[in-house]
Amino acid sequence: MNERAVLEVEKVSVSFSGRKILDDVSFEVRRGEFTGLIGSNGVGKTTLLRAILGLQRIDAGEIRVTGAPHRRGARSLGYVPQKVILDPDVPMRARDFVALGLDAERYGFTRRTKEQHALVEQMLVNVDASEFADRRVGGLSGGEQQRVLIAHALISQPELLLLDEPLANLDPASVQEIVALLHRVAGEYQVGVLLSAHEMNALLPVMDRIVYLTDGRAASGTTEEVVRSEVLSKLYGHHVDVIKLHGRVFVVAEPGRDNKDIAEHSNLTVS
Amino acid sequence: MRFLFEPGFFSSAPVRTALVIGALAAVISAVVGVATVVRGQSFAGHALTDVATAGGSGAFFTGISPLVGFIGAGVFGAGAMDVIGMERLRSRDIATGIVLSVATGFAALFLFLDASKSATTGATQQILFGSIFTVNSSIVPFVIGLSVLTLIVMGLIYRPLLLSSLSGELASARGIKLRRVGLLFMLTLAIAVGVSSIAIGSVLSTALLIGPAATSLRLTTNMRNAISVSIALGVVATWLGVLLAYDSYYWFPSSRGLPVSFFIVALILLAYVVSGVPAIRRFAAQSAPGRRHMQLASRSVVAKRASEAT
Repeated sequence: MNERAVLEVEKVSVSFSGRKILDDVSFEVRRGEFTGLIGSNGVGKTTLLRAILGLQRIDAGEIRVTGAPHRRGARSLGYVPQKVILDPDVPMRARDFVALGLDAERYGFTRRTKEQHALVEQMLVNVDASEFADRRVGGLSGGEQQRVLIAHALISQPELLLLDEPLANLDPASVQEIVALLHRVAGEYQVGVLLSAHEMNALLPVMDRIVYLTDGRAASGTTEEVVRSEVLSKLYGHHVDVIKLHGRVFVVAEPGRDNKDIAEHSNLTVS
Repeated sequence: MRFLFEPGFFSSAPVRTALVIGALAAVISAVVGVATVVRGQSFAGHALTDVATAGGSGAFFTGISPLVGFIGAGVFGAGAMDVIGMERLRSRDIATGIVLSVATGFAALFLFLDASKSATTGATQQILFGSIFTVNSSIVPFVIGLSVLTLIVMGLIYRPLLLSSLSGELASARGIKLRRVGLLFMLTLAIAVGVSSIAIGSVLSTALLIGPAATSLRLTTNMRNAISVSIALGVVATWLGVLLAYDSYYWFPSSRGLPVSFFIVALILLAYVVSGVPAIRRFAAQSAPGRRHMQLASRSVVAKRASEAT
């Protein structure tokens, strides 16, 4: 293992009623690095993230966070789930939602200290959310809500930040902003970022490492190591071509092949 | 003063009891109500009022205190909904519907038995629509104890409850036990419904639970202010309702007062309608306490960061 590893996933398998969702998946995420978990819909990205969080039981293998066996509710984990729908009628400002990240799991009465208020303030500035900090969180745009969710996850100072499809349903400008923001906080807070997406091109400029997932099996390493025809062909079990064009990457299967298991970035962009 | 408070208002013991019980019901309903609306469990709240009706009418028939009937049935109903309902939203709704219909059936049975037992419609009126002036003052300490208990439990579960209401997935990942928090909340809901059933009747207790909370949600942008406004609205509506009902004895030559519950519900509705007026919402948004202080603090951090950057 690498000494900078904050997450080690070793030979993890998960099955639902006899069907293998994750099959012998291994990879690691390092401190201060940005790792993309790439794969099309239904290949097991969410299951993998939930397994790391301790929300999904694993059938085999081992998951360690900062060297220790993972457990649900660990302070070392920050999480931004998929499709959080925040009700616009709930009287909660963006700043209140970020502050809730400090101690939401604790029972009992407390008053927030001056230091905690300052911490919230600082976090809002760091994710560029000061402008809308006093507005209701449910009334914010998708990109603004993602910033608030990221701040909520980061404020408890986790060592590993997991994000499940945070770029889905965002406009292209917001995608760029959120990716740049995550890249910056990975360095600033020395947190390991693991982000799942079905489209890798937006992440190429910042991605230090990639975990490419298809049909429950994974290949991992740097983008150069993984996004190659030999590696991905072996993973898919049939020949695929990797085409690099204008700084973008396309994964294309030969004609006649069922393309549906290939991550959406290929067939969507090409067609 | 003579026009506002008809003779004997302050010296009347039933009025004093009514004011105390009404205020307690309003306070816990307001606090629990805000959480109910935020969680989207208004339907469950309403179902518990039907359960309370069954309990109250059953208690009347068997001769035990209606408060015990209201709360006992409510707690039982809350537990039943939890057992049937599991975690999913849809099944939670179905569970609520099942408990509601069974409870209403029992309420129909007991109310029928009550009416035939006492040969008057008084019991039905009292259970469904309340009779705050006839409340036995001996239950006051008991109601105070229940109210304090409810507020303590709400305070203890406040943050886990809030996060699990916003996103169950986020709350689970933080290690919050959704089931435990949800069940504790349902128990406070059952007590709130029980206490306000005594005050304004089981059918109308939904009004005290949802009305002030829904109004406060329109006027505020954070939970603390929402709860404060909700408490204030609930208590004012209840006390004014008691006053108007007392005064109404002197309004008509027949000297028959109008029901307290009617006035309370009418005042709650009035507040809700007024809170929908755009000018009033804007005024409330601008005058929210704590807002200015926060903006200043935010500006100073931005300024500090800008100076560091240069």
